[in-house]
Amino acid sequence: MIDFISADEATLDGLTRKDTRSGFGQGLLEVGQSNDRVVAMCADLTGSLKMNAFKDAFPDRFKQAGIAEANMIGVAAGMTIGGLIPFTGTFANFSTGRVYDQIRQSVAYSGKNVKICASHCGLTLGEDGATHQILEDVGMMKMLPHMTVIHTCDFEQTRNATHAIAQHEGPVYFRFGRPKVPIITDKDAPFVIGKARRVMSGSDVTIVTNGHLVWNSILAARQLAAAGISVDMLDMHTIKPLDEAALLESVSRTQCVVSAEEHQRNGGLGESVAACLSRHQPTPQRYVAVNDQFGESGTPAQLLEKYGLGPDAIVQACKEVIAVKQGLPA
Amino acid sequence: MAGNTPSLSDICTQVRRDIVRMVNGASSGHPGGSLGCTDFLVKLYFEEMHIHPEEWSMDGRGEDLFFLSNGHISPVWYSVLARRGYFDIPELATFRKLNSRLQGHPATEEGLPGIRVASGSLGQGLSVACGAAQAKKLLGEDRWVYTLHGDGELQEGQIWEAALYAAHHGIDNLISFVDWNGQQIDGAVKDVMSLGNLEAKWSAFGWTVLQCDGHDLNDLDRIFKEARAAGGQGKPVVVLMRTDMGKGVDFMEGTHKWHGVAPDDAQLADALGQLNSALSDY
Repeated sequence: MIDFISADEATLDGLTRKDTRSGFGQGLLEVGQSNDRVVAMCADLTGSLKMNAFKDAFPDRFKQAGIAEANMIGVAAGMTIGGLIPFTGTFANFSTGRVYDQIRQSVAYSGKNVKICASHCGLTLGEDGATHQILEDVGMMKMLPHMTVIHTCDFEQTRNATHAIAQHEGPVYFRFGRPKVPIITDKDAPFVIGKARRVMSGSDVTIVTNGHLVWNSILAARQLAAAGISVDMLDMHTIKPLDEAALLESVSRTQCVVSAEEHQRNGGLGESVAACLSRHQPTPQRYVAVNDQFGESGTPAQLLEKYGLGPDAIVQACKEVIAVKQGLPA
Repeated sequence: MAGNTPSLSDICTQVRRDIVRMVNGASSGHPGGSLGCTDFLVKLYFEEMHIHPEEWSMDGRGEDLFFLSNGHISPVWYSVLARRGYFDIPELATFRKLNSRLQGHPATEEGLPGIRVASGSLGQGLSVACGAAQAKKLLGEDRWVYTLHGDGELQEGQIWEAALYAAHHGIDNLISFVDWNGQQIDGAVKDVMSLGNLEAKWSAFGWTVLQCDGHDLNDLDRIFKEARAAGGQGKPVVVLMRTDMGKGVDFMEGTHKWHGVAPDDAQLADALGQLNSALSDY
């Protein structure tokens, strides 16, 4: 992994950019090749979810559900009986809010080994607007007993996470997105569910982030470094179960934390961080998240900027929380 | 049947005693639909399904499967499962009580043998059964998947999503039964939300549609044979099964009023007086 603080602009500009959903599509094909118990379903978004490679390679093990997501979740639950491992694919909005009761009763409460794979999460879905930009899905899914919740940051991490969730026994909510973002993880780095990935080490402030906000947090850390502020950064790709040990170790050194996520503040990663810290180690925290609003149409970059999820917002949050730690007016 | 083996009719009577005793014991539960589906479930579990109750496994490999989509009639299912040997009959006394495996609505969380998915929130069981039936095919098993649904439950949209799915994918190892009693909590189905021509609806969705009398064991015997004969031909099969809610207890019969109400002790005594069993109570 490159040193994101010392790297020059040209190095960062030279990073390969791919969409996380393509990492899922590649990973799904690979787990299909290595495990014939893996089956897949999609609700009329096979191209958008990048599931065509799996569908073409294993036509008998791919089931088209049509535009009927509730049924898809139930069918997937039934397919686990006998030992198959179903992966469902649709947009994050239709993977969660639309089918919450089906997931709750037929999957989570029934302990079914279903992998709910959700693309086009958050604001970065872009121009389609707020009807499709779900920002509440992590909250809904993390509240369900038995559910594991994962949100990945780049192509390779998403590909590797697809392997990890195939091997994990139990229901998983797997969130990824649409835009092309720099590949910043090692393609050979195994994805360990529930173990945060350290992006960089530092001493002044902890940034806990995931998904597309990992890249914005890296850009923010470079700005902060130029101002003499050192960032300790955790990619908390697994929101549930939260890697509390990694979080507590980091804040024990930095004494302050910023959470940064493409999700509502209510119910998101930052809320999980706060819940952990308030129990074990009360720590000043600032949230970079959507603040109780719906999104709107726009480009991903425009939306991240407007809704306060850009690098500048992360820099500002870090400066504020350091001031709080130091007893200065924020 | 020979020797001391109880007849299906005897078992049905005993299951009906179990139902009213369980619901009375819990002071809650759903006796009406349970009594109405007793004959069907006894016939299904004691004569029709290829199952291994003594070697229960969640995966049910090599076995036929059953899904109760209208989970509120759990009393009849629990009684039939216990009487068929999935768990000890005295456990029926724990129905709806704290720390019981016999939850108000069927659940897998506590590990009760015989139950493969939670149900209660209506309309989900047909989808689950479609997946289980497709899994049987993918795993190379030539076995049947059965479901039961309330007629009122057919008001849930997900049922019709699943109906489309089953026909589109040619799930022909699936046989679904509709408890066609014409009653739901708020009253007659035709008054609450009419289902229209149910036979035409299922047929238009691409299913083979059969009908039977859900209280005549001979007619149930006929319909299981016909349903399996109609299966395996590229289409799912649905049986519209005429029943009476509350069957077997005169003051509960034919009315929605006993859908989800428990009999008090005097009413229980009255009911048990009408249900003379050759078997023993739990």
